[in-house]
Amino acid sequence: MNNKYNMPDDRGHFGPYGGIFVAETLMPPIQELNEAYQRYINDPEFIAELDKDLKYYVGRPSPLYHAERWSRELGGAQIYLKREDLNHTGSHKINNTVGQALLAKRMGKTRIIAETGAGQHGVATATIAARLGLECVVYMGAVDVARQSLNVYRMKLLGAKVVAVESGSKTLKDALNEALRDWVTNVDNTFYIIGTVAGPHPYPAMVRDFQSIIGREAKEQCIEATGRLPDALVACVGGGSNAIGLFYPFIDDASVKMYGVEAAGDGVATGRHSAPLCAGRPGVLHGNRTYLMCDDDGEIIETHSISAGLDYPGVGPEHAWLKDTGRATYVNITDTEALEGFYALTRMEGIIPALESSHAMAYAMKLAPTMSKDETLIINLSGRGDKDMQTMAKREGIEL
Amino acid sequence: MSRLASTFEELAKTGRKALIPFITAGDPSPNFTVPLMHAMVEAGVDVIELGIPFSDPMADGPVIQRASERALAHKMSLRRTLEIAIEFRKTNQTTPVVLMGYLNPIEAMGYEDFANAAQRADIDGVLTVDLPPEEGMECSALLKARDIDPIFLLAPNSTDERVQKMDLAGSGYIYYVSLKGVTGAGHLNITDVENKLKQIKAHTNLPIAVGFGVKDAQTAQAIANVGDGVVIGSALISKIEANLDNPEQAHKEIIELLVSIRQAMDN
Ligand SMILES: Cc1ncc(COP(=O)(O)O)c(C=O)c1O
Repeated sequence: MNNKYNMPDDRGHFGPYGGIFVAETLMPPIQELNEAYQRYINDPEFIAELDKDLKYYVGRPSPLYHAERWSRELGGAQIYLKREDLNHTGSHKINNTVGQALLAKRMGKTRIIAETGAGQHGVATATIAARLGLECVVYMGAVDVARQSLNVYRMKLLGAKVVAVESGSKTLKDALNEALRDWVTNVDNTFYIIGTVAGPHPYPAMVRDFQSIIGREAKEQCIEATGRLPDALVACVGGGSNAIGLFYPFIDDASVKMYGVEAAGDGVATGRHSAPLCAGRPGVLHGNRTYLMCDDDGEIIETHSISAGLDYPGVGPEHAWLKDTGRATYVNITDTEALEGFYALTRMEGIIPALESSHAMAYAMKLAPTMSKDETLIINLSGRGDKDMQTMAKREGIEL
Repeated sequence: MSRLASTFEELAKTGRKALIPFITAGDPSPNFTVPLMHAMVEAGVDVIELGIPFSDPMADGPVIQRASERALAHKMSLRRTLEIAIEFRKTNQTTPVVLMGYLNPIEAMGYEDFANAAQRADIDGVLTVDLPPEEGMECSALLKARDIDPIFLLAPNSTDERVQKMDLAGSGYIYYVSLKGVTGAGHLNITDVENKLKQIKAHTNLPIAVGFGVKDAQTAQAIANVGDGVVIGSALISKIEANLDNPEQAHKEIIELLVSIRQAMDN
């Protein structure tokens, strides 16, 4: 690339994607948020406070760990894991919630709402709300409440109210709908912390900017460890925040290949999956234009994935743009393959990954052997598997 | 002149206000809707807002959400909503019909195909909840070229600048969302509405229809005193929901409610 990448435009467009598609009542708060964001992201005092929180509260920088045994076993590229699982609360989600919560505080908002799928974003939000003494309400699909009950308990411990959403497919998209309805009703005192690079502008750009600490650190750490840039990056894609966080600082480095891994559920051919970039089409949902899973009539289709955090019919608009331009490649991994990734990392490296991250592990198992031993592959280990212990034990027929 | 413009002009001449029911196409079943539309006209409504069922109605409260779910269970769609409008037009060429819904079904059909289909169905206006004018110019231009009014929303927190924007972008009428919240919410404040409408009227000559939170003859009457039209949706759809095993009863109760509202508004 000759020109430096500088998406989105000032109205939040990544080519034909992104933008602001919301009901009129949300236009003023979105404008207010955008103004605050543009102002503080360039404010040295804000950045200093953010950096301090990331260092002392989140525990950054997260290590870039050379998985030597697993690399040898797979017989190809040197695999490095970006250890977002070691962050406070156990995933990359906290990078973003810390940033948005500081913004909420600066904007004088006293009430925080969030949607959550796997519960990681909900826990990260409840955590920050507890620390700042803000009221917190988390919307979660009823199906997810059942399959991520540990995280529901954590959120409640932290003082958040968890609302089980019973409408539609009772998963992440419905939680987002309900959070938007709450926001429309309580716009004056409420800050909506969206957990991924979706939603209306400025959310996709803002969440990306807060998450891109992952890629900035990884770049520096990789050069320190290997003397050069990595050859490939792999990350799972639900809404796409951990992936864009890793990819973004490398977009202008044309030699670095980028692979986003969507959830294929039972297999893309079965229709029971969560892979809009691989098998969807452009449309408008939750405030932006992007690839979606919808039928010929434009109705959103129910998604399927073993991992609640990837069970979403849309994807961040920047990924739609990176797909169309060919800068990033999007692939998919079935539930069964993801489980292989889960067990492989657990047994080869003594690290239990989240089921979401296991999709990235599974794709790396295919990709690494096709690369040479002196090439470097960075996988974003977006979260740890503690929250999935009940699901996994149940699959193995064990009662905890 | 568009059907909507002449409807509001006629009403203004006699000092009456528009009664605008909202129903979801195909709720609770596809063949319920056309007879209800005709009966509503007989009950004295002036414009009909026909909801396009959508899987993810972000701006709607539980009552209209469930109406969408019931309609979708019968495989309703934008295409079939247009068929309902065509059916209605066979015996009514005077009452304006406004399609109200979300953008994605229109995106899936394609803007131009949609505009052509809406013209064939003799649709008078299109209100797309999640399509503000900033993103909506392309679609609006296609509609306007076919004499279909693009209708935009204003809200209690809309600035003067936004009112001016809607005045330029929209035609037919402006839909004023009377409260911060979703459809069917219960915290309507008439004084707030009255004050806001004064502010809006300073910047536009378009008629203002007020919706969200209108429940009964009393609230409708109060709104009619300050706005040019009253939109009532959730309260009608609640009648469907209360009589799922008896659609005739639902039909009857909806008409009774509309008749009482019409009387209250004309007093
Ligand atoms: C550990 C982990 N990874 C990934 C995701 C998916 O989100 P995103 O694609 O925004 O990174 C989630 C979401 O819950 C998660 O908990």
